Amino acid sequence: MLALREAVRGLRRAPLLSALSVTTIAFSLFAFGLFGLVAINIRQTLQQVEERVEIRAFIAEGTPIEASSALLGDVQAFPEVQSAMLVSPRDALERARSELKEFADIFEEGLLPSSIDVHLREGFRDPVTMRAVAARLDAYDFVDEVRYGEEWVEKLYRLRTIAGLAGTTLGVTFAVVAMIIIGATIRMTVLARTREIEVMRLVGATDGFIRAPFLIEGCVKGVLGGACALLLTYVAHQALTRWVMSASFFDTRLAVLGLASGALLGLLGSAVSVGRHLRER
Amino acid sequence: MIRFAHVHKEFTRTGAALADVTFQVAKGEFVFLTGPSGAGKSTILKMIYAAERPTTGEVVVAGHAMSTLGGRDVALLRRKLGVVFQDFRLLEDRSAEANVAFALEVTGAPADTIAPKVARLLTQVGLASKATSFPGELSGGEQQRVAIARALVNDPMVLIADEPTGNLDDRATRGVFQLLREINAAGTAVMMATHDIELIKRADFRTIEVNRGKIVLDSATDAPPAGAA
Repeated sequence: MLALREAVRGLRRAPLLSALSVTTIAFSLFAFGLFGLVAINIRQTLQQVEERVEIRAFIAEGTPIEASSALLGDVQAFPEVQSAMLVSPRDALERARSELKEFADIFEEGLLPSSIDVHLREGFRDPVTMRAVAARLDAYDFVDEVRYGEEWVEKLYRLRTIAGLAGTTLGVTFAVVAMIIIGATIRMTVLARTREIEVMRLVGATDGFIRAPFLIEGCVKGVLGGACALLLTYVAHQALTRWVMSASFFDTRLAVLGLASGALLGLLGSAVSVGRHLRER
Repeated sequence: MIRFAHVHKEFTRTGAALADVTFQVAKGEFVFLTGPSGAGKSTILKMIYAAERPTTGEVVVAGHAMSTLGGRDVALLRRKLGVVFQDFRLLEDRSAEANVAFALEVTGAPADTIAPKVARLLTQVGLASKATSFPGELSGGEQQRVAIARALVNDPMVLIADEPTGNLDDRATRGVFQLLREINAAGTAVMMATHDIELIKRADFRTIEVNRGKIVLDSATDAPPAGAA
């Protein structure tokens, strides 16, 4: 209770310093939030593209339907396969006509062979797995040809790997920079209360007791900073959606996680700053 | 109550601060600690409240040996001591009573005991009428009285006073010293560092004189220790 009262007192006594801390936390997390927004949108786009990647095994003309159906059953049992579908020549024609409307009159009955279209599960859409599944399909005598856009899949996979690595590196860098800035700001508030800490220690307050108000204060500043950052990110997202392009925003889970990260950053920043101060004295 | 046995203290940057310091302070005793600036008075006092540890030798205060003192023990030891300084070290944004109450609150005193105890202590130091005044509104002597009241919150066994009258005029010095005598008369041991030779002469209490980190005179033994400069 006393810790809470002292924390509120600390916030009210130096409103400018408190506002500066909250603003610093808000902008640090806002930068992190913007980066997060870009990252989730890139990830989502890549995922959407990946979902469209498929392996198509063309069945030789004259293959009995029983053989094709048996192959379909085999393929559906592959552990990497999410779904597989037998496409008849008629369905293939319909699809070609709808996808390539300007050439619709060129496509004739019997032009396209039947095929088995395979979608792989998430996590199995890398070039190596795709090549292996394609090779297994190609091993069937009545499969004429297997296509999956090998070169394109490899490029996509490389792009995803680079995006993942860049995202992790930048994310960690942003988080570390945010923590350093927040730690420095909170250290200023700790230094502003050196006399108070000194008196507390002198009269026999334990280090845990001395830390408590600072931890509460750091946590409150973190949550406030996190909320401001979330609001700023939302405004930036709205502006982006309105004037540039449609983009996704954080879902509730990620928004709550953002606030929790703010609280955690404030808490850690305070713990480190007060801990350092207590050790130095 | 306080025991220093062959205490040496070396600081990394400034070198030796104390050399072979040995003395004891009994329960209820009043001891002056004197000597020129930089002689080692404050280092001795800091060792008593565990702000410094000896490099070698042993310091035991109120049954706590410094060599085995952990972080929490330091807090517990300090609850048995009271410390006042030349510069008062009051919290400027709190009233006199809030300064005293703060010391009780942070050491976990029951909430219902705080107000009566603060009132009693401020009465004891003669500041009952200025309980709601802030440090900036009080004279130096009055601020030191608030600091003494704060030092007494835990009914200490020893009151450590580091140049408590150093910033005060004669009248305020006499008042603060009289207060320390009264506290001592009530059973609390007082160890007071001072430069004020007149005060020491007038009071006729035990005097320990340090110079260049060594005890050069302890009036309790009536003669300088062997080998002293």
